[in-house]
Amino acid sequence: MEQGRFALEPQALEQLLHALERRGYTTLGPQVRDGAIVYDRLERPQDLPVGWVDWQEGGTYKLYRRSDQAFFGYTVGPDSWKKFLHPPVLRLFSTERADGGFNVQAELEAVPRYAFIGVRACELRAIAIQDKVFLGGPYQDPHYKARREQAFIVAVNCGHAGNTCFCASVGSGPKATAGFDLALTELIEEGRHYFVGEVGSGLGAEVLGEITHRPATPYEQSRADAVVTATAQHMGRSLETGGVKELLYQNLEHPRWEAVAERCLSCGNCTQVCPTCFCTAVEDHTDLAGQKAERTRRWDSCFTADFSYLHGGSVRVSTRARYRQWLTHKLATWQDQFGSLGCVGCGRCITWCPVGIDLTQEVGAIGGGYVQTEPGA
Amino acid sequence: MVSPISSPPRTDPMLPRPFRVARVRRETADVATLELEALDGLPLNFAPGQFTMLYAFGVGEAPVSISGDAEKPERLVHTIRSVGRVTQALCGLRKGETVGVRGPFGSGWPLERARGGDVVMVAGGIGLPPLRPVIYHLLHHRKEYGRVYLLYGARTPDDLLFPEELKRWQHTLSLAPGSSPVLVTVDRAPESWDGAVGVVTGLIPGLRLDPAHTTAMMVGPEVMMRFTVTGLLERGLKAPDLYLSMERNMKCAVGFCGHCQLGPHFVCKDGPVFALPQLNGWLGRKEV
Amino acid sequence: MSRLNPEHERYLAEHPFFAGLNTKDIAWLADLARPLELAAGEYLYHEGDPSSEFYVMREGLIRLEAHTPGRGFLIIQTLEAGEVLGWSWMMPEVRKTFDARVLKAAHLLAFEAEAVRRRCEQDHHLGYELCKRFSRVIGDRLQATRFRLLDLYGQPH
Repeated sequence: MEQGRFALEPQALEQLLHALERRGYTTLGPQVRDGAIVYDRLERPQDLPVGWVDWQEGGTYKLYRRSDQAFFGYTVGPDSWKKFLHPPVLRLFSTERADGGFNVQAELEAVPRYAFIGVRACELRAIAIQDKVFLGGPYQDPHYKARREQAFIVAVNCGHAGNTCFCASVGSGPKATAGFDLALTELIEEGRHYFVGEVGSGLGAEVLGEITHRPATPYEQSRADAVVTATAQHMGRSLETGGVKELLYQNLEHPRWEAVAERCLSCGNCTQVCPTCFCTAVEDHTDLAGQKAERTRRWDSCFTADFSYLHGGSVRVSTRARYRQWLTHKLATWQDQFGSLGCVGCGRCITWCPVGIDLTQEVGAIGGGYVQTEPGA
Repeated sequence: MVSPISSPPRTDPMLPRPFRVARVRRETADVATLELEALDGLPLNFAPGQFTMLYAFGVGEAPVSISGDAEKPERLVHTIRSVGRVTQALCGLRKGETVGVRGPFGSGWPLERARGGDVVMVAGGIGLPPLRPVIYHLLHHRKEYGRVYLLYGARTPDDLLFPEELKRWQHTLSLAPGSSPVLVTVDRAPESWDGAVGVVTGLIPGLRLDPAHTTAMMVGPEVMMRFTVTGLLERGLKAPDLYLSMERNMKCAVGFCGHCQLGPHFVCKDGPVFALPQLNGWLGRKEV
Repeated sequence: MSRLNPEHERYLAEHPFFAGLNTKDIAWLADLARPLELAAGEYLYHEGDPSSEFYVMREGLIRLEAHTPGRGFLIIQTLEAGEVLGWSWMMPEVRKTFDARVLKAAHLLAFEAEAVRRRCEQDHHLGYELCKRFSRVIGDRLQATRFRLLDLYGQPH
């Protein structure tokens, strides 16, 4: 809905959390835990990573103190919102033997109403991508749907670009343009600390109505725009996405796959931190008496040895094949499957890879005619 | 591409429906056919080529092609080979026991497209059951198709599935007396076997058919399908007329778990039946 | 045009194995071809026989067997209508390895190996053409055997 941009003072953040809690939302947001910024239950604005900034590089993540008290002065950590919308472990059904057969009981646990505070533009894109996967095909995932439909999203525009970020290359940021209920840009300058915000939905407008706000002045709006423009110009990485599907389809036997396989540990960190990776496995359990059983679903990774198990062995035995599967899925086959790239340019896979494999570099090596002869060089 | 037929809208595609085992047939030492009836009485309508996920209580699920008559859906029929924990549990079920069913899933065989022309079905080993619904369809609508052939390769004569039906089909599938629509060959045989011994592709040169108007449908180990494709192309059939039923690891059968991907295709929802051109660049490529 | 048997000539001209041979050679082969009919149970040749002929099977089913004491015989493979049998004709010193027993009444055309060998020595072009074709036959038999050795329909392990 058309509504002019508004301005908030920092005190309004607490009002926002209360307004959401009054409406029955479980508010979630970034917090510092064990040296990283993760997403968890957010009860008070003070619990946000106030005054923290992250430094990221291949295989490196460190937190440093900022010189200011910004609430959102960092980029993304190892968590993504998929851990709430697409839970890592979920019971699908339980069943019990009865009358010579068995009854199937769908999972009855109440689905929480989540309010996500501090969702970055790349994450909005990731959520939209998972919406396509779980809701856009011939079947819908009811568990994802139930959580997604109720989610309230407060987006935050990034005030600085991470060293492993490349959202600008894939067109997913840094500005949040769609998919949020409210979006905020934090400004700390000229002795002032305030937010310029946008309303993204009718529900967002309602919630805004319950907190202290005022229209943003044209100057404030231009400052907010400038923040985003500056962020876009300082991306740490870039990826040529034009023609990347054809590039990868035509280079499935490129020697670079062998080279990256010599470094890759197939640990699956990348798939865990990636906000769009969605693969799962199922497990069936019974009690000792064999009277009750249940099936649970848990996150899985195409890097595991038996992910592709078939007829006594795996289809993708080598690390080379598994890395190739992950990267070509993310950037190439995903396009044929879902009509968009699977990658949002958040850089998590680069940061959280223990050996710092950088997919922008891998694609560059395959596409740029650069053939690495020394592995790991 | 054959358009998939999905099950009627259900709230949760991951919940199994209970079916009672109405009949068990031991086909061979490691293969059994289960005939199932839905506890709620609703027949499961399917297209030949589709599969279900069968749930053995507490053990797990396995994807199994439906091997029955699509025009008689009151009994849901599956022919299962015991190769692992789940299939072993399914093969061990007895009449009256309950099994969970999800589905039907996937794309079916191109029966519409094949009308008016000749049909060649090539089945290797446990590949015959997924083609049996096609044979039933052809029998129900015999005049709509030209010459029909079933080439069936098995390990030994003891491993042949549906031997009585094979004999019957020799007559019921043929258009003219004396023609041999059913050609069976085995890899190895004792002296009492007076049929063909050799690879199933050896049966292709002898077929009387019009290569320009023939649809081929094949199921079997991937190696066998690759050399069958070569044999059929040599015979003059065209790639768009060749259909293969592919297999990959499956957990959900609805395109969510990611396990069954073969290049850009989800075998569970884009397949399992694929036209050969769809597999261009993927079939025969190692580790995809 | 074969004076002796125009029907043989037509049959050979349409048979994929002989496709590409010039009409003169096809006519010569058609003249040479001796029709042979065997009933089910009869033997086309026995293990140890000299390789005196090669055959085109027009109709029927033939089975290659290795008989062995105590087990009767072992089946090597069967050969269908349209097949060309007897590739060892090119090597006069090689004798038949297996028995060839007729399972379904067979109509064959037999070609005397000695005559063909003599002609090929004189006409190397024909010799090379037949070599290429029989190489294909041997290659196909080899590949088929290899595929069977894979035991593809066995239990997956």
